[in-house]
Amino acid sequence: MNKLRPVTGRLLKSVAIIATIIILNFLLIRLAPGDPAAAMAGEAGAADEAFMAQLREQFGLDRPVYEQLAYYFADIVRFDLGYSYRQRESVLGLIMDRLPATLLLTISGFVVALGLGLLLGIASAMRVGRVTDRLISLFALLFYATPLFWVGLMAIMLFSVWLGWLPSFGMESVGAGYTGWARAADIAHHLILPAGTLGLFYVAVYTRLTRASMLEVKDMDFVRTARAKGLRRGLIVRRHILRNAMLPIITFAGIQAGQLVGGAVLTETVFAWPGIGRLAFDALLQRDYPVLLGVFLVTSIMVVVFNIVTDIAYRIADPRIEVAS
Amino acid sequence: MSSTLWRLLKNPSAAIGIGLLFLVILVAALAPVLYPQDPWAMVGRPFLPPFTDPQFPLGTDMMGRDIAAGLAYGARVSLLVGIVSTACAIILGVTLGGIAGYYGGLADDGLMRVTEFFQTIPTFIFALVMVAILSPSIQSIIVAIGIVSWPPVARLVRAEFASLRSREFVQAAIALGESDRHIILRQILPNTLSPVLVMGSLMVASAILTEAAISFLGLGDPNMMSWGYMIGASRTVIRQAWWMSFFPGLVIVLVVLTINLVGEGLNDVLNPRLARKGRA
Repeated sequence: MNKLRPVTGRLLKSVAIIATIIILNFLLIRLAPGDPAAAMAGEAGAADEAFMAQLREQFGLDRPVYEQLAYYFADIVRFDLGYSYRQRESVLGLIMDRLPATLLLTISGFVVALGLGLLLGIASAMRVGRVTDRLISLFALLFYATPLFWVGLMAIMLFSVWLGWLPSFGMESVGAGYTGWARAADIAHHLILPAGTLGLFYVAVYTRLTRASMLEVKDMDFVRTARAKGLRRGLIVRRHILRNAMLPIITFAGIQAGQLVGGAVLTETVFAWPGIGRLAFDALLQRDYPVLLGVFLVTSIMVVVFNIVTDIAYRIADPRIEVAS
Repeated sequence: MSSTLWRLLKNPSAAIGIGLLFLVILVAALAPVLYPQDPWAMVGRPFLPPFTDPQFPLGTDMMGRDIAAGLAYGARVSLLVGIVSTACAIILGVTLGGIAGYYGGLADDGLMRVTEFFQTIPTFIFALVMVAILSPSIQSIIVAIGIVSWPPVARLVRAEFASLRSREFVQAAIALGESDRHIILRQILPNTLSPVLVMGSLMVASAILTEAAISFLGLGDPNMMSWGYMIGASRTVIRQAWWMSFFPGLVIVLVVLTINLVGEGLNDVLNPRLARKGRA
């Protein structure tokens, strides 16, 4: 039972966060200039008076605010995120169609960022103050200052326009009709540039974090003991230093998840990746508020789920946490 | 303060950073003098490549607008949004963080929940939604960036206040019967300013990146030329005209890098103990 308590606390917190987002969405739609019914129909939509009156009735805009909020909650709990009058489809349907593409992109981007960041961070920490370290630090500083969408555009120019190595557009070759493994290979080929772009910005973050965290652990007593025992250097780095240095990195991965999803919106826009971010971009251009708010809610849920996963990873990596809490 | 500046100038990367930053501020301030033409005006042949016509050293865009002029005017937007939104975030963060750290209790619990909320949600998407709904303008961009970036300041100030509150000099002030207002403003606040200053300088850099991303997605102020807008507008013609999106991006990288260098230099000077630990 004790084992579960921190997890239930986490779940309660997550529910509170999602509920707050729903209230925020409700308030935002009312902040929109003009009639909320007009906002819901799409600002410049060809909405005639009868249609607006119908919307007003349907959403109970003539009733008191708290009652409206209750209705709004009830709708969302029934997975009704509203209707996009622009795309003539339910918001949930639109988002669910595109969710797999976004998950593929963000998870790949995360793996690139974490993997490369760990490697560079370790290399840097093992050679503090020498040329390798300086070069890696410079690289991290540079990528930390580069706008993600610009990296994407420059990558398109280099790898698909000039060198012609990689596709720059979409998730699959249009009309190629691949199936099975051939299709997977085609998608992977299309994934390289977007995932690399999304990952690269966060590589800088993980590199700096890993380096700092490794340096913190490197001079601790148990590492000196391991060295005095005559253990091999590689073993000490892996088992003694890295395992302990991983904890702040995992914590940070959870915190970073929200930023990663935000980066996915930009990456998907640059590479015409058919995911939620691309949907959000189209919704922005058309002022399609129900879709936009739906994207905000669903991406927040994604981040919350990811946070629960990192929380569990944290407990596995460090059994002491359980006892302490 | 002058000794801080002097020590900052002795740090080579910070000195370069300050020099470059000064240059950017100068260009932003003098933009109307350097380029009296409106940056939106079509002044030359469209799709003019860079380094071919001395009148337009960086070329023109697909509408024949001068790219160099766009960069100069864009600096105004970036600096304005970066500085004003950070100032808003710092005022809000210091006020709320200070109250929570000094009084503790319910105010503290409440603030922690709110900052945790902001730490979890995809803040960039939240900022986008706010700008879209409040209608795109420089004010709504500043408000949106300010709203999503105050929580880290509040957390920092809260932690500083909570630890300083139990220190002898504060206890002495309490024993002397000083008012809360006096203790907060005169005793504790001055001691928290240096980490806030460091964080603020780095926040200006990330606010500039966020503004660029918002404008790139087409939500910039429609009346003000910005770097993000220039990249976003020309990305469809990138195959024919690389320079239209290359130069604005390069300028963003340089300015953000510059501000980060100044921020890190400031950190080395103001928090020497932390800096040494980080470098080990």
